[in-house]
Amino acid sequence: MRNTRATQLLFELSRPGRRAAHIPCTDVPATAVEELLPAEALAATPPPLPELAEPDIVRHYANLSTQNMSIDTHFYPLGSCTMKYNPKRNERIAGLPGLADLHPYQPEETLQGMLQLLYEMQAILAEISGLDAVSLQPAAGAHGELTALMMAAAYFRDRGEKRTKVLAPDSAHGTNPASAAIAGFEAVTIRSAANGSVDLADLKSHLGNDTAVFMITNPNTLGLFERQVREIADLVHQQGGLIYLDGANMNAILGIVRPGDFGADMMHFNPHKTFSGPHGGGGPGAGPIAVRKFLEPFLPLPVVEKVPSPSSRPSPVKEEGDFVYRLVRQRPKSIGRVRSFFGQVGVFVRAYSYIRTYGPQGLKAVSENAVLNANYLLSRVKHIFPVPHGDRCLHEFVATAAKLKADRGVSAMDVAKRLLDYGFHAPTVYFPLTVKEAMMIEPTETESKETLDAFAETLFRITEESPQLLHDAPHTTIVSRPDEVRAARQPILRWTPAGE
Amino acid sequence: MSYILNTPADQQAMLEAIGVPSIDELFAQIPAELRLNRELNIPPALSELELTAHLGQLAARNVACGQKVCFLGGGSYDHFIPAVVDYVASRGEFYTSYTPYQAEASQGNLQAFFEYQTLITQLMGMDVANASLYDGGSAATEAVLMCIHATGRQGRVIVPSSVHPEYRQILQTYLANLGTELVTVGTPEGTINPHELAAALTDDTACVFVQHPNFFGCLEDVQSLVKAAHERGALAAVSVDPISLGLLKRPGDYGADIVVAEGQSLGTPMQYGGPYLGIMACREKFVRRMPGRIAGQTVDRRGKRCWVLTLQTREQHIRREKATSNICTNQGLFALRASVYLAAMGPQGMREIATACVRKANYALKKLTSGNRLTAMFDRPVFKEFVLRDAAGRVDELLAEALDCGYFAGVPLGQWYPELGDGLLVCVTEKRTRAEIDGLAARIAQQRQPKAAVHA
Repeated sequence: MRNTRATQLLFELSRPGRRAAHIPCTDVPATAVEELLPAEALAATPPPLPELAEPDIVRHYANLSTQNMSIDTHFYPLGSCTMKYNPKRNERIAGLPGLADLHPYQPEETLQGMLQLLYEMQAILAEISGLDAVSLQPAAGAHGELTALMMAAAYFRDRGEKRTKVLAPDSAHGTNPASAAIAGFEAVTIRSAANGSVDLADLKSHLGNDTAVFMITNPNTLGLFERQVREIADLVHQQGGLIYLDGANMNAILGIVRPGDFGADMMHFNPHKTFSGPHGGGGPGAGPIAVRKFLEPFLPLPVVEKVPSPSSRPSPVKEEGDFVYRLVRQRPKSIGRVRSFFGQVGVFVRAYSYIRTYGPQGLKAVSENAVLNANYLLSRVKHIFPVPHGDRCLHEFVATAAKLKADRGVSAMDVAKRLLDYGFHAPTVYFPLTVKEAMMIEPTETESKETLDAFAETLFRITEESPQLLHDAPHTTIVSRPDEVRAARQPILRWTPAGE
Repeated sequence: MSYILNTPADQQAMLEAIGVPSIDELFAQIPAELRLNRELNIPPALSELELTAHLGQLAARNVACGQKVCFLGGGSYDHFIPAVVDYVASRGEFYTSYTPYQAEASQGNLQAFFEYQTLITQLMGMDVANASLYDGGSAATEAVLMCIHATGRQGRVIVPSSVHPEYRQILQTYLANLGTELVTVGTPEGTINPHELAAALTDDTACVFVQHPNFFGCLEDVQSLVKAAHERGALAAVSVDPISLGLLKRPGDYGADIVVAEGQSLGTPMQYGGPYLGIMACREKFVRRMPGRIAGQTVDRRGKRCWVLTLQTREQHIRREKATSNICTNQGLFALRASVYLAAMGPQGMREIATACVRKANYALKKLTSGNRLTAMFDRPVFKEFVLRDAAGRVDELLAEALDCGYFAGVPLGQWYPELGDGLLVCVTEKRTRAEIDGLAARIAQQRQPKAAVHA
């Protein structure tokens, strides 16, 4: 039974005089604030925040939480987002005071365990990528892209080359062209061929000595491996350009094929996807990058290095063997800093736990089962929702509801909304832009055959339901079909008291 | 396998349904010559028991702030976090959900973002806020990029050296590719002099970016700075400590155009620097230039109030290379933590914490400078941090000895400010007690007389 008060806002629940938190009486002299700070800096009143007691807050948020679908509660086949199970041991570990209660400016000798973890993470990501050097600094996948493109700009400046263009396929994530623009490049779109892969002829027609970087997503956003990737890399390299790999889809290829081995010079990982960091309602993520040796001097700083321990070094903490870990803060060619402190460390603690839980065989099994699950689901739904680009995929596939739309007027969005009624999160719809009525489905390795069967059967059932029922779906959720046009045209972006 | 549900029988049944003999066959589209025909060279798998022991050992090789008395600041702060924050944020329905693309399946997150946006506008005195950015440094950078686009002025951006040095480094990295000059104005007195700012302003200046209280903990004359920027047609972007707004005027009340903050103070653990929370708020007229996710109120088909992600035409997935920013994710979980924190504190709690910080910091400043060795570097009002000068010029030694006695006594400034090599930044939050402050002062007073400085 739903709590009908649950959708009231914090501000509407506020009652003057209620409060949840108290702090101890000041144990230092209670000097008047006016004696310590200049009058013109002080506010006349405290900030106008809501006033609530702790039970108000707990009930409010506990009820709000039930209005979300999540991995802990639902199947969430959101293609491109890799919504896999988030292991609970990782949360417990990340909360250890020795990992969570660390200040970024503590002396390095008091951080040897953390620096070791980060150093090992760098090494693990280098091995998985088949590349040489890693920075854990970028805060998200898009931030990793931008960082790598800024490195490419610095690399070409260093070589005295003027290269202005970054090429990316039309099926690429929107972050690719956006990152290119913010790194100061001109973004150029490369067409996809009929089979969903990069159109080589179109690529060739745009390649030249002004090409800085070709950004490729492989496996691509259709869940297909770009078979011609080696040829593409050779073409780009012959022109003196670099290959950037968008690593959003690494869940398909762990231990199976490495970007460095198929020609990538730079890439980012999305540890929150591939290595199970919880997505937290949209973040935090992380976007570590891996690069070839010749790009290492341009990496953002700091990075962690392991060096022989100076024998007479005083330290309050026992060192491991003869090595210590330290931060490299200066390199003459580095692009500089891209984020405060050391980046999204908490995400790496979780990713490290995940990777260490699996080891080399386990990580490969992750990709094998992610691919098995995707192909199984594809084989079950393709006769109703055709997959335009073949009957095999890697970790995800893009089916189309175009026929359903033509025959019965039911859109991919209708199907997505109706799935919510049956207790499944919707797939990603209308992406990539190259497929009409696209439904991008990614089950991940952490779902069972029973769940996949139930999902497929629900999809079939939906295609037999009345179009009107589907247009009006969802029916069981707390709200249905919000008016998005109104939200954008008459934006209401915060609560205001009645009468204001 | 730990989180893989397929049994061998399931795998067999699935392969038969697909019509392939083996899982390996599913990878046939990957050319054989590109395949990695060996195992990854990474450490072996660990059971949960082994993993817990291993990470416990790594954790034990660190010194947690709680094992010492922490006077470290500089953008990451040891503030108290009420249990209710952890409780809410650890609900799986929040922390294992994704970006709310399907509004009906995400009203919890969307409403929480809408409430977060409201709380931030209330705290900052601004019109609108987004649903968060990566951290304070990236929010600072995005604010400057917004100013460049909004004013159409590509020439220069003015930032005093009292702004967090890492924020300035990030800005430098971004601006290097955009042809805009980052002009740094020195702050030898601890704050920027409004006359020096006025002298640096040109008609091609996009913005003045200031931090208040600044990196040294000093209050800037922020009202004069905003006025000076506006007089030359530049925008004023301000980075604030959200805790300070329990006492200080809100940026909206002194005319700031864009306000950013590091939100870690609002209920996020220090966790060695991240993930944190980038707060951003602005005037309504800039909302379509704001990066990141924004939740908006609307009605559903039954007329019921509800929330969606809105103004998405600014964003990269629609606008691609013409987007306001390349930012895709936000810090949803930490925006949630900040909301719960602000709700738990309320107006009175925020005022009490800010008051405790300012009293304790000023007490500590007086106490620590009562001996011969340490003096105040700057003669400016401070909020919760301040810079001390070590008369002995032995900051590293002083900090190392304090650490031996149980104190993280401060952050040495020489790494960013060579001219402040004898300076250390000390932070005092509401968590520090008088006994801890007195203890540090006593320890420093007892430190053996510093050796005479040795010059090479």
